[in-house]
Amino acid sequence: MSVHFAGSRSRDRPRVAIIGAGVSGLGIGWRLAAAGCTVDLFERNFAGGGASWAAAGMLAAGVEAEPGEEALFRLNRMAQQLWPEFRSELEAESRRDIGYRDDGTLVVASTRDDLEQLRHVATFQAGIGVELEWLTAAEARRREPCLRAGLAGAVFSPHDHQVDNRRLAMALKDAALARGCRLHEARTVDAVDLEAGRLRGIVVNGERHRADIVINAAGAWANRIDGVPEPCRPPVRPVKGQMAALRMDRSHPIATRVIWGPNTYLAPKADGRLLIGATVEERGFDDDLTAGGIMAVIEAAWRVLPGIEELPVDELWAGFRPTSRDDAPVLGASGLDGLLLATGHHRNGILLAPVTANLLAELVLTGRTDPAIDAFGLDRFRRVSHAGAAS
Amino acid sequence: MVAADDFEIAGRRFGSRLIMGSGGYPNQQVMLDALEASGTEVVTVSIRRVSLEGYSESMVDLIGSRYTLLPNTAGCESVRDAVLTAELAREALETDWVKLELIGDRETLMPDGIQLVEAAEQLVKSGFQVLPYCTDDPILCQRLVDVGSSAVMPLGSPIGSGMGICNPFNLEMIVRRSTVPVVCDAGIGTASDAAQALEIGCDAVMLNTAVSRSNDPVSMAAAMRRAVEAGRLAHRAGRIPRRRYAEPSSPQLGLIGS
Repeated sequence: MSVHFAGSRSRDRPRVAIIGAGVSGLGIGWRLAAAGCTVDLFERNFAGGGASWAAAGMLAAGVEAEPGEEALFRLNRMAQQLWPEFRSELEAESRRDIGYRDDGTLVVASTRDDLEQLRHVATFQAGIGVELEWLTAAEARRREPCLRAGLAGAVFSPHDHQVDNRRLAMALKDAALARGCRLHEARTVDAVDLEAGRLRGIVVNGERHRADIVINAAGAWANRIDGVPEPCRPPVRPVKGQMAALRMDRSHPIATRVIWGPNTYLAPKADGRLLIGATVEERGFDDDLTAGGIMAVIEAAWRVLPGIEELPVDELWAGFRPTSRDDAPVLGASGLDGLLLATGHHRNGILLAPVTANLLAELVLTGRTDPAIDAFGLDRFRRVSHAGAAS
Repeated sequence: MVAADDFEIAGRRFGSRLIMGSGGYPNQQVMLDALEASGTEVVTVSIRRVSLEGYSESMVDLIGSRYTLLPNTAGCESVRDAVLTAELAREALETDWVKLELIGDRETLMPDGIQLVEAAEQLVKSGFQVLPYCTDDPILCQRLVDVGSSAVMPLGSPIGSGMGICNPFNLEMIVRRSTVPVVCDAGIGTASDAAQALEIGCDAVMLNTAVSRSNDPVSMAAAMRRAVEAGRLAHRAGRIPRRRYAEPSSPQLGLIGS
């Protein structure tokens, strides 16, 4: 799907302020500016500098699907299907290559216990419609010759692809700017501006900024904006991830597609960086790199691809997944007129970028909440919290 | 029905005999729903893995007001580490209860019995209610009680293995001899394992992975709740002795037509 708003005039269009210029905020801003809205993006760091920068860029609806998250799987699958067109449009408008690679994902099991676990997960995934192909150890090593010898087995997922998330963020920034978005970097939004309970805009560095519509796309910081009534705050927290990038020989990369193994993934990028990750830590906004965290990341990757021990370390970092209580995004109405939410994407923010951009823009322009995101509103938490699940 | 059948550890009474862990759930909402469905009143929290600051949406923020939090020292491999971790938990969570875990190595995750007794003694002396996670060894359990532990938590089988209760005879011996509550901990794979622990006579059962990693944690939690209730009722009702030969449930002589 693409979003075209031909013949629009800016005077009919709302004035929009977006909190957070990650791939979610930038994508929505790009779409809205293209439709003729006046868009101001406020970013506490630099555009794309939060979770969008820290991510690994996997577009993995299939191999990441977990029991109990079938609805999220359908949304992720829809995003996967939107990606090729989203990518073409974005690359054309930004004149940037975003490193989209459609060579699938390999999941390997190292030991018999791992293989049992992989069978368990793959059976669930196949049951909800993920296409998976079982490979013998020999077949897996034919596809990725540097895999450790003595694997117990593997599956190949032909529809789980990847993108270079940092290039994606830069392309979205350029496309948004080219469409006339105003970007305010290193500007933290303190509060929403309410007058007699009605939203008038936001407060940035003590100054008021008027807007008809405010979109909270502030990622892990999304529930820290003052002035928002408690029921309109998304239940989002930071979930820390430590990661490493190694530098491969570009002419002989030791991995050519995304590989998942026990407690690890490896995502080789076109520029020769091999991203490996990631820890999952409930540590608030503590961004320390720890010896144990980095060791866990490197050791788990090394068990799958021993050749990484020869590679230089390019970068180590920690980032914060914006994680909602049920790991699914919080999209759409907040309960406060004029304030919309686009946060809580957990580990799916890059994958969901086309859905977030297209459907939030549609909501702003037409007032219509697409059925695809209906189940991902903030109100789902209110429904659940008092019902309880006890028989 | 049987009258109220609360159980007591260190002077505190609980209606549910199921203690739940809080790790490895697909997400926090599933965890909250599963805890609710389990009927548990006590939830363990890993002190070294979870930030103890009660920031918005953190584990402590979400479950602290609803359940009794039982901090554990998971990941500790020395007496010093375990004691420091327990002190940290006491300060942050304002509880003097601690589930003492002291692991001998990371491959088996088996408790280190020798260090465990030493750490338990130190913690008891500094005012903790200590619930040590230990091997299913009746003598070790006795030693842990000797130094003042408030309960013992022998394993059914290794952590996360789901192999159930591998040595029910040991567990039964521990239960028979123990002067403190016995909580079967670790190794539970499915509902019948939990029921078996209570049938044997354990006062409670502690589990995590069997629920958190199942395909439907909320249903499995509900199953565990019922299993624990069933096992406890069966224990109180008293199982019949095992026999080698069939024994008809009604007389076979004097039947009409014979």
